[in-house]
Amino acid sequence: MIEVENLTKRYGNILAVDQISFRIESGEIVGFLGPNGAGKTTTMRMLTGFIPPTSGRAIVADFDVMEKPLEVKRRIGYLPEHPPIYNDMLVSPYLEFVARLKEIDTPERSREVRRVMDLCGLTEVENRLIGNLSRGFRQRVGLAQALLGDPEILVLDEPTIGLDPRQIVEIRELIKNLRAEHTIILSSHILPEVEMICSRVIIIHEGKIVAEDRTEHLQSTLRKSDRLFVQVGQGGPQALESIRRVPGVISVLPEEKIPGGYRVELEREGQKIREDVARAIVTGGFGLRELKPVGMSLEEVFVRLTTVEGVTPEEGGKAS
Amino acid sequence: MKKIQALLTKELGSYFISPVAYVVIFIFLAVSGFLFFQILYFFNLQSIQWMRSPGLLDRINLNDMVLFPFFHNMVVFFTFLIPVLTMRLLSEEKKLGTGELLFTSPITTTEVVLGKFFSATSVILVMLLFSFVYPLMIIIFGNPDVGPIFTAYLGLFLLGSAAAGLGILTSSLTENQIIAVISAWGILILLLIIGWAAQSVGPTFGAVLQHLSILEHFQNFSKGIIELKDVVYYLSFIFFTLFLTQRVLDSQSWR
Repeated sequence: MIEVENLTKRYGNILAVDQISFRIESGEIVGFLGPNGAGKTTTMRMLTGFIPPTSGRAIVADFDVMEKPLEVKRRIGYLPEHPPIYNDMLVSPYLEFVARLKEIDTPERSREVRRVMDLCGLTEVENRLIGNLSRGFRQRVGLAQALLGDPEILVLDEPTIGLDPRQIVEIRELIKNLRAEHTIILSSHILPEVEMICSRVIIIHEGKIVAEDRTEHLQSTLRKSDRLFVQVGQGGPQALESIRRVPGVISVLPEEKIPGGYRVELEREGQKIREDVARAIVTGGFGLRELKPVGMSLEEVFVRLTTVEGVTPEEGGKAS
Repeated sequence: MKKIQALLTKELGSYFISPVAYVVIFIFLAVSGFLFFQILYFFNLQSIQWMRSPGLLDRINLNDMVLFPFFHNMVVFFTFLIPVLTMRLLSEEKKLGTGELLFTSPITTTEVVLGKFFSATSVILVMLLFSFVYPLMIIIFGNPDVGPIFTAYLGLFLLGSAAAGLGILTSSLTENQIIAVISAWGILILLLIIGWAAQSVGPTFGAVLQHLSILEHFQNFSKGIIELKDVVYYLSFIFFTLFLTQRVLDSQSWR
């Protein structure tokens, strides 16, 4: 269980994390989503006790991070943004070393090292120098290190970065399989990934939580409008004009790669507007070829949420 | 304790996997070997001359004429090699981001500092152990008083450990190894020459400066005297530098 209350981090004049609060129950996988510099890493560093918050409180595994840092550190597995690996060590002695730091004693230690190496697919490189490994393997060594000792809470900062597509799938599967007994926070800027792995998403932008919801709800609840894709046979600008005049249509944008294709932004979801659009095209004689509702991907939700101030006036200008 | 040991083993591993320890030990042995040879050669010439005049015969002494000058000359070079050994200990953790592992593991900053410090002192021990071949030759082929040899080695070890403490402190302050080693050298030089100012500042303050000088305290050891104030000086120097390092590390995770 992780509980965060008004957590704030200030670097001089820069407010990296601004009064965020959230709660993560045991067994949940929560994704932190945000552009670079949004405050994801800073938040994670505060949760793991690497840096202290300027103000606010974080309770991780029933211990206050500020008051009982060692207790928290005992229960957390952390993969930082850059895997914390020593280039001059071999893979298995490195994991052995981390296991000793994590207070895993002799009888279990080698078994535990073996377990995480199997889990992360490191057995083939166990006697190689970490410095000579490929990016993907180094990332996996970092992940293996975080899994040592089977900590109840895992904090993973961009766990799939630098991996090839096949490895990404493997690591995602691995994280999904850990779900049952662990509380996992992972950060990412790859949205489908978060959509796939996480049960809940927290979107951070400029140090603030801009949205927080279950992955499947996020798209529908945050959707302020609906969208149609329309393709017409002829008409060009006239067709565009007549669609735009339909009540309830916010904007019409030509699709770049599809001739006669338009993206139609609707005020609200509804059969009625769709009918009206179809009617307008047919009565105009533009030759309706295709009309389909297009759902908004998480990606678009994300862009919309994080660029709200910058874009809205412009869009409004276009629509009117 | 187990975690200090884990860190110690890991650091020793990196010392001897990378060429750092070998290079430092090799250069130390080469330079001190050259010194030893020169001193011994000069001793031979002088003994031959002195043997002709019976009055001077009693003054031929291996301790005074070989070992004392040997330790006396080698100690400065030795002291300046230590920060090279310690420069990467903490700065590299910061630079490579591995500190993020260290400081999110259930290990206290005190344990980190001690682990690093003991790894440096272990390398110093190895270094001194190898250099023992030179006095050993004197012991085998001559008949020196062995007491001063051992006290000199004790002094070297304490002095080296003090320099290691200082080196670890400067290493904790920067992520740049060059800056770490240069600042340690700067402080060491200051501590070496601070005694020179003793004459010019009056008796009371002069005595204080004399006492601060890091090499001053080695003199007694090389003469075969173990004085409490010298031991206390080195131990408190080590304690003070390690304490400051621990504060630095703590403050970095509290800033």
